[in-house]
Amino acid sequence: MGHDAPLTTFTPDMFMRNFAEAEPGLTRKGAIDESNRCLYCYDAPCIKACPTSINIPSFIKRIATDNLKGSAHTIMDSNPVGASCARVCPTEELCEGACVLNDTSETIKIGLLQRYATDWAIQARVQLFTAGESNGKKVAIVGGGPAGLSAARELARKGFSVVIYEAKPLAGGLDTHGIVSFRLPQSVSLWEVDQVEKLGVEIRTGVKVGVDVSVEELKSGYDAIVLAAGMGYVPPIGIEGERLSGVYDAIQLVESTKSGVPTLELMGQRVAVIGAGNTAIDGATCSVRLGASNVKMVYRRTREEMTAYDFEYEFAKQEGVEFSWLTLPKRIVGDELGNVTGLECVQMKLTGELGKDGRLVPMPIEGSEFIMPVDAVVVAIGQKRRTDLIDAFGLRHEWGVVEIDETTYRTSDPQIYAAGDIVFGSGKGEAMVVSAAQQGKDAAYAIIQQFLPQQTSVIGSVV
Amino acid sequence: MADLSINLAGIKSPNPFWLASAPPTNTGYQVQRAFEAGWGGAVWKTLGDPIINTSSRFAAVHFNGQRVAGFNNIELITDRPLEVNLKEIYETKKRFPNHAVIASLMVEPTQKAWHEIVKRVEAIGVDGLELNFGCPHGMAERGMGAASGQQPDLVLAQTSWVKEVATTPVIVKLTPNITDITVVARHAVKGGADAISMINTINSLAGVDIHSWNTIPHVGGQGAHGGYCGPAVKPIALSMVAECARDLNVGVPISGIGGISTWQDVVEFMLMGATGIQVCTAVMHHGFRIVEEMIDGLNNYLDEKGLASVTELIGKSVSRYSNWGDLDLNYKVVARINEENCINCNKCHIACEDASHQCIDMLTNAEGKAILQVREEDCVGCNLCSIVCPADGAIDMVPLESGLAPMTWNERQKVISTLNGSYSEAEVV
Repeated sequence: MGHDAPLTTFTPDMFMRNFAEAEPGLTRKGAIDESNRCLYCYDAPCIKACPTSINIPSFIKRIATDNLKGSAHTIMDSNPVGASCARVCPTEELCEGACVLNDTSETIKIGLLQRYATDWAIQARVQLFTAGESNGKKVAIVGGGPAGLSAARELARKGFSVVIYEAKPLAGGLDTHGIVSFRLPQSVSLWEVDQVEKLGVEIRTGVKVGVDVSVEELKSGYDAIVLAAGMGYVPPIGIEGERLSGVYDAIQLVESTKSGVPTLELMGQRVAVIGAGNTAIDGATCSVRLGASNVKMVYRRTREEMTAYDFEYEFAKQEGVEFSWLTLPKRIVGDELGNVTGLECVQMKLTGELGKDGRLVPMPIEGSEFIMPVDAVVVAIGQKRRTDLIDAFGLRHEWGVVEIDETTYRTSDPQIYAAGDIVFGSGKGEAMVVSAAQQGKDAAYAIIQQFLPQQTSVIGSVV
Repeated sequence: MADLSINLAGIKSPNPFWLASAPPTNTGYQVQRAFEAGWGGAVWKTLGDPIINTSSRFAAVHFNGQRVAGFNNIELITDRPLEVNLKEIYETKKRFPNHAVIASLMVEPTQKAWHEIVKRVEAIGVDGLELNFGCPHGMAERGMGAASGQQPDLVLAQTSWVKEVATTPVIVKLTPNITDITVVARHAVKGGADAISMINTINSLAGVDIHSWNTIPHVGGQGAHGGYCGPAVKPIALSMVAECARDLNVGVPISGIGGISTWQDVVEFMLMGATGIQVCTAVMHHGFRIVEEMIDGLNNYLDEKGLASVTELIGKSVSRYSNWGDLDLNYKVVARINEENCINCNKCHIACEDASHQCIDMLTNAEGKAILQVREEDCVGCNLCSIVCPADGAIDMVPLESGLAPMTWNERQKVISTLNGSYSEAEVV
């Protein structure tokens, strides 16, 4: 072993402490004061900046006037995963970034207000929506994440009979499994799942489409199918040592902390995280809170090129995460027992040339190889595409990105729609929960239009 | 630093800041604390036959998260024996000989009762008297306070009874719960009042609890109207001060009261004719120390304006306040939006669109930026957009040269009358 045994072990107590939600919610007075600062803009830019077009001035005014049920309804009406989004949305790039008070005084804390209202709804156990009268049509949804839940919710409100097929034991997708609990407690996502279930949507968990139920069964059993299976775990990085003990997939690492004390042991360990996106940050901060003695993010480019949001980067720094910029991992080094002992890296420099993605191209500096002594390596270099599943449905796709009609989200098979990360292509920024939710809604509206054309005039005008 | 001292109808005070007759002036302890804090004078909480107060007395109106936009009370006059109050007045005056101590008085409307109390109070040594003809609740039901203040002849009679024996200046405090305050003011003056003070509180019910359905406040499930004061009543008070100030038949100094909570409010009341002012609610909300901010702000303002004495403010805006019929109908202002300060909240657009004259357009300029623009030819100069605009300097109301000579409604009617032979002057107040 390349390190001393930890002095203490990771206890359930520490887990409770370290993985409880980090940012406190607003107090009642805080919420009243903040909501009263909102100007209640007309044709407000924050609404336009929200992918789900939440009527933000309205929900804030409802907080200010002590109508939390109305406020939560406004939020959740536009965004079926609005409680999760209150916590995970990059608000400074969306609603808060568009707030007219940005240059005048201080942006309204829209995310925190949204959390305040939805937290109230969670605690008050109110039922915000009701199912529509049955229209006899059946829709299968593959994947119970933000896109699938949103599609299901909108369809159920219009009287569709909806079944969600969810491979994991719990629905909610990334919100339930993939975002660190100290930012998004699982209970929040599960409440959103529950809200959808209460509309009569059946969620068959632990059922893998293509394995436990065939594509043919779905195609013959339902009038329409929404494919919202998201993406997979981290793909192989393609360097030596990847199978050593102590190498973790960042998504699986986070997932292991979501429903209780994880079995993996990072207490006192030195951890290298490969990647610089938001998942990498989650992997890094998760490692810190699992007791790692040192966490370094290893990235072949610089701060300028990293894709993680600013607030994520700031959060990681506050957590004590270190950054090794211009550092390319070459090989994971292990001992004779197959345990990680180090990460061989090479120093990089920016050439000054722009790559296809518009970012400066990094080049290795010859002879700069070195071994970073670490006990664990967390890999966060993207997510696998669900190519097998897409192929099983026989859908046209490009490198695992399902081809769709941009407005209807209809795939090459007219019976099948697709939404969420499964249609998220590279070069389109960050895959956001809030965008997935909107795509799910849009797919649902297209299905509603297909089967209930006489009702479509109502869609979109309902606030 | 300017001279802040005033002389209101012979009552001298180191500054224009007096405490109004109210809970903060209930005891010698409080008034002395107030003087230490910087208040120049205090009108002692109304003396008379001690009453019994209710428990649960105050309520407030909060607005958009701000506490105490308005304040409501059902407390009555002093609940302490006259001897106790007089003893404390004596002690206070002894400790603060240069501060103004005014005794507020309220007794049953008989000559004998007024003579008695005036003599007893003046014997102890006060700088002046204020006759409480304004308290709108409780005392009114006993024929005192607003009940007598709403009857001009009773105001006249009681004032003259007081003046028969008083040796110190007499201020008559007026109720706003009346159609035309100048009528009562004129009667007070006829009765010999040396000054008038206004306004007392306005009849009010602060609210109804939408969950218990009780009134706010309530006394064991039962409510009664109270008196309203605080920032919300300032415009009402200011207009009543202005009406009295410009009435030549009133013609006595005015002590301004009603929602004053900042130094700017003081300046406004004095410009509109008040010689001094009285404050209660701001102290109820913040304590006596609030006067420090008022004094400092007033001092800096006077210095900035190059005024040597605060008395130079008195009445300077009175001549600018008249009847609607005397306003120039040919004066024209229009709204102009300054793009560089506009934050694009579109509040002006929706206010104009829904509540005024639909003359603010939401456009996109050549660079593709959203802009708001006033169609000046359709703008009536109502000010609404500039009122709702939250951004400093984003909307100016700009006077336009109409090219027409000034013409008021009354002048216009006169001209028309020469054409058709009949004429009536508009007296729209």
